[in-house]
Amino acid sequence: MVPRALALIVAWCLLDPSGLVWTHAAAQQVREAELLTTSGEPGRFGGQLTLTQRAEPRTLNPVIAVDSPSREIIRQTVGDLLHINRETQLVEPALARSWTVSPDGRRLVVTLRKGLRFSDGDAFDADDVVFSFQVYLDEKIGSFQRELLHVGGRPIGVRKIDEYTVQFELAEAKAGAERMFDTVAMLPKHLLEAAYAKGQLAETWGLSTDPARVAGLGPFRFKEYVTGQRVVLERNPHYWKRDSKARVLPYLDRLVFLPVANEDAQVLRFRAGEADAIARMNAENFDALAREQAGRGYVMRDLGAGLDYTFLFFNQNDPPATAGVDMPRRLRWFRDTTFRQAVSAAVDREAIARLVYRGRAVPLAGHVPPGNKRWINASLPAPVRSTARAETLLRKAGFRRTGDEPLVDPDGTVVEFSILVASSNTVLRQIATVIQDDLAALGMRVHVVPFEFRAMIDRILNTHDYEAAILALGGGDADPNAELNVWLSSGPQHLWRPAQPHPATAWEAEIDRLMRAQVGMLDVGARKRAYDRVQAIVAEEVPMVFLVSPNVLVGARAGLGNFRPVVLDHHLLWNVEELFWRTGPARSPQ
Amino acid sequence: MTRLRTAAALLAVIYAAAAAAAFLAPYSPTEQNRRFPFAPPMTLRFVDASGRFHVRPFVYSLVPRANTFDVYDEDRTRAHAIRFFVTGARYRFAGLVPSSRHLVGIDGPERLFLMGSDEYGRDVFSRLLHGAGISLGAGLLAAAVAVGLGLVAGGAAGFHGGVVDNAVMRGAELMMAVPSLYLLLAVRAALPLHLEPAETFVLLVTVVGVVGWARPARLVRAVVLSARTRDFVVAARSSGASNTRVLARHVLPETTGVALTQFALLVPQCILAEVTLSFFGLGVSEPVASWGSMLADLQRFHILAAGHWWLFSPGVAILAVFLLYYAITDALHQRLMLRS
Repeated sequence: MVPRALALIVAWCLLDPSGLVWTHAAAQQVREAELLTTSGEPGRFGGQLTLTQRAEPRTLNPVIAVDSPSREIIRQTVGDLLHINRETQLVEPALARSWTVSPDGRRLVVTLRKGLRFSDGDAFDADDVVFSFQVYLDEKIGSFQRELLHVGGRPIGVRKIDEYTVQFELAEAKAGAERMFDTVAMLPKHLLEAAYAKGQLAETWGLSTDPARVAGLGPFRFKEYVTGQRVVLERNPHYWKRDSKARVLPYLDRLVFLPVANEDAQVLRFRAGEADAIARMNAENFDALAREQAGRGYVMRDLGAGLDYTFLFFNQNDPPATAGVDMPRRLRWFRDTTFRQAVSAAVDREAIARLVYRGRAVPLAGHVPPGNKRWINASLPAPVRSTARAETLLRKAGFRRTGDEPLVDPDGTVVEFSILVASSNTVLRQIATVIQDDLAALGMRVHVVPFEFRAMIDRILNTHDYEAAILALGGGDADPNAELNVWLSSGPQHLWRPAQPHPATAWEAEIDRLMRAQVGMLDVGARKRAYDRVQAIVAEEVPMVFLVSPNVLVGARAGLGNFRPVVLDHHLLWNVEELFWRTGPARSPQ
Repeated sequence: MTRLRTAAALLAVIYAAAAAAAFLAPYSPTEQNRRFPFAPPMTLRFVDASGRFHVRPFVYSLVPRANTFDVYDEDRTRAHAIRFFVTGARYRFAGLVPSSRHLVGIDGPERLFLMGSDEYGRDVFSRLLHGAGISLGAGLLAAAVAVGLGLVAGGAAGFHGGVVDNAVMRGAELMMAVPSLYLLLAVRAALPLHLEPAETFVLLVTVVGVVGWARPARLVRAVVLSARTRDFVVAARSSGASNTRVLARHVLPETTGVALTQFALLVPQCILAEVTLSFFGLGVSEPVASWGSMLADLQRFHILAAGHWWLFSPGVAILAVFLLYYAITDALHQRLMLRS
């Protein structure tokens, strides 16, 4: 007994804190914690995975990060209590070993795994959970998670029961309440408490922070950041998952993220072997890469219909104060449902799917794409392009056109407006060009205006100084609750008329009623019927002209084990702890 | 001298073609043929499959290959003779005279792709001709603006001297010190992005012209300075001619050589400036064709990878125009040297 304990102590002292040197004793130490066992293929340890990002990250702070590069990196370094398995789309225990829901659906009790540690070795327990939720719900910090942790208009209550048990109280029953906890990162109280007390939490954990002061429960931990060049994450030696052979994950030594601003440059880097995987590329680039995949040692996969949907929508707000004479007239057209239905009837979705996406997209009738098999309203008719029907609808709405002359409204003004698209997104620009031509056949004069993305979002959500725009949404979760912000008339993402104090139209009021009702419905059948009705109203009133849902296209270097990309975000890294290289010494350190 | 004449004649032909683009082009530059994206140029043939010679050239129809996106085969059973003065899309010649006659075309619903088609199935040859109007026209006008401003500024600086001279020359040096490409992008980005196509054209001309006034101004000033002290100018002054008369009748004519040479040198630079702005998406917007926006498609990896070589045609056209302009500039410069 004593010699073994002594050996344990000596070995523990000799343990290399960077995790590169494993001793038998240390492995035994971790085995005493309650680890989660994964079901993937057991793999080889070692190697590095390099990925590219469209922009540089801005912070390592999970509380305030909103931009996708930062969130993509942070996601690999944090853990959540309950996690939605991206493959099965069902909730699984993660940092929590189990959870129970009270019969009235208002109380959730979560039991944590024992013996878990943050990446710096500090113990993880209920205190960290309570602290994390305190930070997320804090009004002064204003984390975007805060909105999602409100039920029935009130923040969820968090109470520590004992060292490994936490109780959550909801103001009212919420369907799928456990899905709320997905990606809510657990924060280390021992590192952040002081900053929080001083009100400086939002400024901590920037990219220049000393890696020793950053810790999380994810498979990797922050190692280095070189401005403009790379972010490097290294294996977390205290990770709480192991494979079926009881070896502690992850297999990879390092994750490297390179900033590459432009999609074509990303494709070239992947092709040259400088990046090991690529996701979210155009169908054209995908086809170009797929043609050569056999000889060049990578594998391209078309995962089929995804959860994203692209759409054209019109400004239905009151005209902004700075508007000239033209815009109020145009906004009157946009508020006419028949006008919007005419535009929807004239758009050639099949041509968009064929020309812009090379057939790797599905035309949409409503906002739920076919990739969302569980929630789509299958009874909605498929969209049929009919210029004749569009012309009939326009005549019914009082618009007139003689021969090849431009279309005029009842007051004799030529129908002319502009469509904003993000200048960095070639796909949406191409869609705009097709739509411009489709509407020219009706006699409408449409201008395509490429705009810088953030300035465009500002115009849409804040100043309302725009006429029409094309955007894409989706990808988060298949569950309807993920899109509450879009469909509630008071929601900040109710794009055509955000943050309404009262619903402006009867049909928006009806959608509000149905969406709020389905949040509390615990019966799946009733929820589906309510959501089907929402989809039918949306397809009828056309607040957005839905276009297509693109397939999810990914690629990776051949020989990546456990590479099972999925349709949900993050397509490649959802199971990063299981990814491994089958052959060779993988890559030498950069 | 003959070199100058030949180059000028060829350029005149190109400009005339650009002006008559609506007639010479078989189709409208914005007409989309969505079943034929990236169609290759059709081969003009005189001998058909059975070996018979036809005086009138013809083309075979293109058929998209099944299960591919942009691969086409010729259908040897369907030949279309090239017809001249066909009726096609309506347009207004010089913006005034409505017409629907086009120089070439073929019968039937099929399209004649002399230089292939782009990703929306738009005829590249038609877009090339219409784009010539935009790019060459903008280049010509912008060069005129630049030389005009240079004449005014340089003339004033050289003639009056002193404070005016100082101010104008320091300003010119500042303009020349800033790299012109970045200056161009910065000025364009500072202006409103949402503009009608006609307004965009005027804006392009103004921006490019204003960025380019410095060098002509310096050269004009040098000529004016030397002309000011010449005998005939002194004689005109002493016989009571006013400043304006001296400037207009005696001094400025001396600058014609320099001004013309500078103009010939600036036009290709201004064409390139417009092409660069459109290449970066800051020039004319969809669906208007300009050589720059046509070349912008080549930034995309898959187009290069797929080998759609006919999309390079605006680049070749620009090269040809530049070579002709440089031949003219060279010849003009030599004449200037010989004269002085």
